[in-house]
Amino acid sequence: MVRWVILVLFMAFWLPRQAYAMHIMEGYLPLGWCLFWAVLCLPALILGTRSLQKQAGDNLKMKLVLALSAAFAFVLSALKLPSVTGSSSHPTGVGLGAVLFGPMAMSVVGCIILLFQALLLAHGGITTLGANTFSMAVVGPTVSYLVFRVVHKYGFGRGVAVFLAAALGDLSTYVTTSFQLALAFPAPIGGVAASFWKFASIFAVTQVPLAVSEGLLTVIMVNGVMKYNPEVLSRAMNLAEEAHHEA
Amino acid sequence: MRHNHHRRWGKNGFLGLLAVALAALPLLTLRTAEFQGSDDQGKEMVHQLDPNYRPWFSPLWEPPGSEIESLLFSLQAALGAGVVGYAIGYLHARRRDRHESD
Repeated sequence: MVRWVILVLFMAFWLPRQAYAMHIMEGYLPLGWCLFWAVLCLPALILGTRSLQKQAGDNLKMKLVLALSAAFAFVLSALKLPSVTGSSSHPTGVGLGAVLFGPMAMSVVGCIILLFQALLLAHGGITTLGANTFSMAVVGPTVSYLVFRVVHKYGFGRGVAVFLAAALGDLSTYVTTSFQLALAFPAPIGGVAASFWKFASIFAVTQVPLAVSEGLLTVIMVNGVMKYNPEVLSRAMNLAEEAHHEA
Repeated sequence: MRHNHHRRWGKNGFLGLLAVALAALPLLTLRTAEFQGSDDQGKEMVHQLDPNYRPWFSPLWEPPGSEIESLLFSLQAALGAGVVGYAIGYLHARRRDRHESD
């Protein structure tokens, strides 16, 4: 308990400079960049589809855990949470699936969620779908997965590893968004770097408490899954490794 | 066993409370804030950096008004939560049944 309080307080008050929250708005990215990011997403989407078929295609239990991971991301990206900056943003929720199914699996799920939000909520966009998929469904889950593996490997408990994985995956999504906007809109003075800090510092503080919340909620979910199916995590991680070697 | 079960929920409950507290904190401390979404600030920044930029595409459909928008967000959360609950319940029951049949 004490360890968790310290960890959360540390994360909440140690404010790294990061990023513009929410997705890139419809029409706010030049066509060339829209295509560029969309093409970059394709390998992840293809690998992700294969990875999902392999892990959940024939197994009812894994299908359910996958549905759970997808639904969790669906819920979290619908929750606009207030932040200490007086504005609000939402978490991504893809860290859970990344930890359970490996780095590529959530690219497909994230893309579907973004499409839903673009079509029905005018949130994000169709033209910016590629860029938003890249940040939320490729970079975010990949960072989550790597953080989980590294932290777990260095002997920290599962809880801490999952917490950091989800929280840092969330942050990395918005750092990527800032970077994408900076590339498209370099500042007249200082170019891409200056622009990046502008976009990144708009919400320097906004996303931090949300990332912490996302970390906490993801730990609760993993605990819930592991309680009934302790083999899920190890199986998913083994398969992810196999897929990794094959790719 | 029973003790362990109890502790697990205790810990999850505690983590959940922390998450709720994190969300509630800004509401308690920032009395005047509007908590608007952050998209608009992003748009402003784009216009600041490139005053000539004109968005070249607009959403195909926008929710007519904030009430409908919140309805759709609620639906998204409700559908997701339903599936989460179903999956956890199913996995739980399946495991229990297997233990009983052993």
